[in-house]
Amino acid sequence: MTKQLMRGNHVVAEAAIRAGCRCYFGYPITPQNELGEYMAENLPKIKGAVYIQAESELAAINMILGASVTGARAMTSSSSPGISLKQEGISFLAGQELPAVIVNMTRGGPGLGNIAPSQADYFQATRGGGHGDYRTLVLAPSSAQEIADLTFDAFDLADKYRNPVILLGDGLLGQMMEPVEFREPVKDLPSKEWTLRGADGRPSRFSRSLILNPTLMEEHNWKLHRKYQLITKQETRVEESGTEDAELVMVAYGVAARIARGAMKRARREGFRVGLIRPITLWPFPSDIIRNTANRIKHFLVFEMNTGQMIEDVKLAVGDNTKVHSYGRPGGSVPTPMELERVIARLYYHTIQKESSS
Amino acid sequence: MKLLYGWPKYLKKNPFHYCPGCGHSIIHRQIAELLEEMNLAHKTISIAPAGCAVLAYNYWDFDCVEAPHGRGAAVATGIKRCLPDRLVISYQGDGDLAAIGTAETIHAANRGERVTVIFINNANYGMTGGQMAPTTILDQYTTTTPEGRNARMHGFPVHISDLVAMLPGVAYIERVAISSPKGIRSAKKAIKNAFETQINDEGFSLIEVLSPCPTNWKKTPADSWKWINDVLVDEFPPGVLVDRRRRKDKKRSGKKGKKNAD
Repeated sequence: MTKQLMRGNHVVAEAAIRAGCRCYFGYPITPQNELGEYMAENLPKIKGAVYIQAESELAAINMILGASVTGARAMTSSSSPGISLKQEGISFLAGQELPAVIVNMTRGGPGLGNIAPSQADYFQATRGGGHGDYRTLVLAPSSAQEIADLTFDAFDLADKYRNPVILLGDGLLGQMMEPVEFREPVKDLPSKEWTLRGADGRPSRFSRSLILNPTLMEEHNWKLHRKYQLITKQETRVEESGTEDAELVMVAYGVAARIARGAMKRARREGFRVGLIRPITLWPFPSDIIRNTANRIKHFLVFEMNTGQMIEDVKLAVGDNTKVHSYGRPGGSVPTPMELERVIARLYYHTIQKESSS
Repeated sequence: MKLLYGWPKYLKKNPFHYCPGCGHSIIHRQIAELLEEMNLAHKTISIAPAGCAVLAYNYWDFDCVEAPHGRGAAVATGIKRCLPDRLVISYQGDGDLAAIGTAETIHAANRGERVTVIFINNANYGMTGGQMAPTTILDQYTTTTPEGRNARMHGFPVHISDLVAMLPGVAYIERVAISSPKGIRSAKKAIKNAFETQINDEGFSLIEVLSPCPTNWKKTPADSWKWINDVLVDEFPPGVLVDRRRRKDKKRSGKKGKKNAD
C-alpha cells in the first residue's frame, strides 16, 4: 500500500470502509461534510452497504442504533452542534451496550459558534455527553495517519467492549491534507452473539435500557462501571516526548499537540527543558502516566483550544505538589508554535527559574 | 376436539401489565397471532416505544429492541436497511409518533422504508398520566387541558396518518377502531395487509389503531368503547387512507422481499 495525500475527513471515511463499516447515516454540517460525501460516493459500490442522508442528527444516531443491533459496523459523523443532538442516541447505545463509532470534527461554540477548529467539546466527549452514568471511549488523533489508524481501532474497540467510541477531531484535522497509508481492509469481522436478526432457531431476545427495578438498574450501572474500569486498565494510550529531562511538561492533544510539539522544539533550542505528554485516549485519561511524571516534575502547562477543560483531568491526576498552568485559545483561533513558545518562556522566567534560584 | 381459541405461540405466558380495557393487549395478541399464521416470527424484529408498550418484549416472543421516544421509524430504518428480508415492526403511540417523532415518521415514510408502523392512538399520553397528546380532540379533558383542548391555546388534533398518506413512498395506511368485535377483526386484517405490504416490498405501511385508555379517560372499559364509537371516530374516521399496493389482496402469499430494495 502506497502513501496517498488525503484530507482528514476523507481519511476517516476510507479507513471506516476498510475497517468493515457498512452503514453510514449522517446529516450535513461544516466542517465535516466531505466525510458524508465520500461515504455517499463509495458505500453504495459495496454490496449490502447502506448510506442514508438522514433528516436530522437525531434520526441518524437512531438509525445507527438500529443498524448496530443487527450486528453491523455503523458510523455517523458530525460537528459540535450536531453532536449535541446525537447525545440522546449515544446514551441509549451506552445503556443497551451497542457498539458504534461517532466522529466529531469539533468547531467553535457554544451555540452555533463558528466553523473554525476548536477543542470546545472535551467535557461533552469525556463525561459521557448525554444523560445517565456512562462513558464513551474518546480517541484523539493528531495527524491524517493517526486518523486512519484510530478509525480502524475505533471499530475494534466498539465491538470489543460493546460501547460507543468517539473519534474526536476538529475542523483543522478534518480539512488538512497529509500523506496517509491505510491498513489492509478487514476480512473477518468479529462474530457477535447478542445481535437481533430474528429468532430463527434460537429463543427470542430483546435489547433495552429500561430497567424499572432500582436494584437491577443499580446492578446494570455497576456492570457498566466494571467495564469502564477494564477499559481504563487496558486501553489507555498516551505519547510522551522529552519528559526525561524536562522541568516543564506540556499536556496537549489532537491538533493542539502538533502546535505544542513545534513550540517544544523552539523552546528547547532556547535552552528551556520542556517535555510533552499527548493523551491519545481522552477517556480513559492517562492519569497514571501524568501522576508518575508529576512525581519528578513540578510544573505542567496544559494547552488546549478552549478556555481550559482537560486541565481538570490533569489537576486530578497530579496531586497537590505540582503547579498546573493553563494556556487556551477558544473560539476557533489557532495559535502558532511561536505564540506558545512565548508562553513557555514567560513561565520559565517568571516562575520556574525564580523557584529554582530561591 | 377442535381448538377454537388458545394462547398464541409467540405470546409469552406473562400476564399483561396493562390496565383493564386497554387496547395494547388486543393488538399485542393480534401481532403475535399474525406472525404465527404468516410464519414470520423467526424473521421479525420489532421495536418497543417509550410509553406503556415499552415492555412489549415481556409479552412478544420474537426479537425486540427499545427505541428512544419518537425514534421508532429511524431505528426501524437502520434495522431494515441492514436486513432487507426481515419483517420490521415499529410499535408506537400518538405522542411518540405524531409529536416527538413527527420528523422520523414522515421521512421514513417519504423514503418508502419497507417497515410497518403500528400506531396506537388513544388521544392522550397514557404512561405519564393522561396529558394532552397531538391527537387529543377539541374539548377533550386531559391533565394538561383541564378546561378541554382549545384550538386557540393548544392547536388542533394532528391527523398524522392523513399527512403521511400524501407521501408517494407510502404503500398502505389504514385506520381501525378496536371498540367493537367487528373493529377488532378488521384491525387484524389491516395489520395483516400491512405486513404483506412490507414482505411484498411495496413501500411504507402504517396502521392507526383507535385504542381505549379507560384509566386516563376516566371511563369504564364499556364507556371507553362507546366514546370511541360516538366521538373519536368523528375526528378520525376508520378506513383505508391510502392503498398504493400493486399486488392488492390477490397475491398475498409467499413472495419474499427483494434484497437491497430501492
